[in-house]
Amino acid sequence: MIQVDQLEVIQGDFSLREVSLHIPTGQYGVLMGRTGCGKTTVLEAICGLRKIESGRIVLADRDVTDLKPAARNVGYIPQDGVLFSTMTVRQHLAFAPKVRKLDHHVTGEWIDELADLLDIRHLLNRKPAKLSGGERQRVALGRALSFHPPVLLMDEPLSALDDETRSQMYDVIQRVRRHTGVTALHVTHNVSEAAGLADVLFAFEDGVIQERPLA
Amino acid sequence: MGVHGEPVSNRSSSATATHPTRVPSDVPFFTALLLLSASYALLLLGMLVAMGSFTSPVHLWAAVQSEEIIYATRLSLLSCSMAAIWAVWVAVPIGYLMSRYKFAGKNFVDALFDIPIVLPPLVIGLALLILFQTQVGQFFENLVPGGITFAVPAVILAQFMVATAFAIRTMRVTFDGINPRTEQVALTLGCNRSQAFWQVVLPETRNGVVTAGTLAWARALGEFGPILVFAGATRMRTEVLPTSVFLELSVGNIEAAVAVSLIMVCLAMIVLVIARVFGMHDLFL
Repeated sequence: MIQVDQLEVIQGDFSLREVSLHIPTGQYGVLMGRTGCGKTTVLEAICGLRKIESGRIVLADRDVTDLKPAARNVGYIPQDGVLFSTMTVRQHLAFAPKVRKLDHHVTGEWIDELADLLDIRHLLNRKPAKLSGGERQRVALGRALSFHPPVLLMDEPLSALDDETRSQMYDVIQRVRRHTGVTALHVTHNVSEAAGLADVLFAFEDGVIQERPLA
Repeated sequence: MGVHGEPVSNRSSSATATHPTRVPSDVPFFTALLLLSASYALLLLGMLVAMGSFTSPVHLWAAVQSEEIIYATRLSLLSCSMAAIWAVWVAVPIGYLMSRYKFAGKNFVDALFDIPIVLPPLVIGLALLILFQTQVGQFFENLVPGGITFAVPAVILAQFMVATAFAIRTMRVTFDGINPRTEQVALTLGCNRSQAFWQVVLPETRNGVVTAGTLAWARALGEFGPILVFAGATRMRTEVLPTSVFLELSVGNIEAAVAVSLIMVCLAMIVLVIARVFGMHDLFL
């Protein structure tokens, strides 16, 4: 599960106060809000990439508020994927297991399984420069899932995609959910994206996050 | 809109509709571009051709075979390479620090790193000379067998001081061009700061590192002022190629000076070509 209680972040002139949300285990949460309202800041705070003034963050029954990003076990997909330009797709998927010293044999099998799940097996030896927008997002998703995190955070993962690729990505995301049981928080400003994917829907307005009924 | 904000009368728009607007020609623009670019390129080429035609293969061969020039070439290659490696080694962390972090006095530190670029080269040599006369300087002077001042280490240090400033500029621009989110993602994947830097950020700077190294090497090769003051111009001891040019000119041996200059031009060209080949490596992957 993802639980954020009374989060407070101050960054120069910008501040977020008393931000709270709760997504039960295995559910898909979508956080909606206008550009610049602080959605990305909330995700970065959950990842541990942004210093918080006060509040508590619990991920998969573990209080991670004071932990470093590496120790939080969060799969994070920033806006535009942000792939590593020097690495092949296979190296992207193997990166986290290698850094975390996960068993090599398991890693090899797991990479193939993950590549099949995301339909990127034919791309394993390519570098990011030779990938399309949708392929990049699938690789970013694979990289984030490569170390079996219980929690997945996605920042506008579909915003730069055309309609056809976007609907393909819906299918990929649904497959990933069924296969991994991951608890997800997906940030977007797109209403149809929220309606198509959300189990739990949140709206970010005037610095306050409120749960909204699903349409 | 008119001068006072009123809409312009529709007379001009109806005129536009009946008479196709005459778009001024692009020829003057491209002519100016071409003329300005060509004038500089021709000046450069003219310099090289004039120098090449001034000497003869006989003179060039004699220069290449001279014991002093062989020593100067060897010392130049060695000292420039050491200065360039050292410069990159220092420029990478400084460039990263200046690109990624904000801290009190950053503007001052930034200006400090530019000092070797703006100071007259002779002054850098003088400052180094004075520094190594101080107690602290003497301590380091005594650490190195054979000393630093007026010896080979002084040549390398003088080249390093100037070359590093250029390498820092290059590395900073390189790090500025890498999305900081790249390393943030690496942190979430399980890296600590050091792992994120070595495994993710640094590989992305490869072209920048090659450029910084090449630039540092080329600057070091041409360095003369600080070496003259801090290392001296002793034949077969602290003589690098620019020193040879100076020494040959000072005794009126212009042919030899030109021959040594051509050796430097060739060396610089070889390094530039190597850098270009490395730079294009990405295109073929």
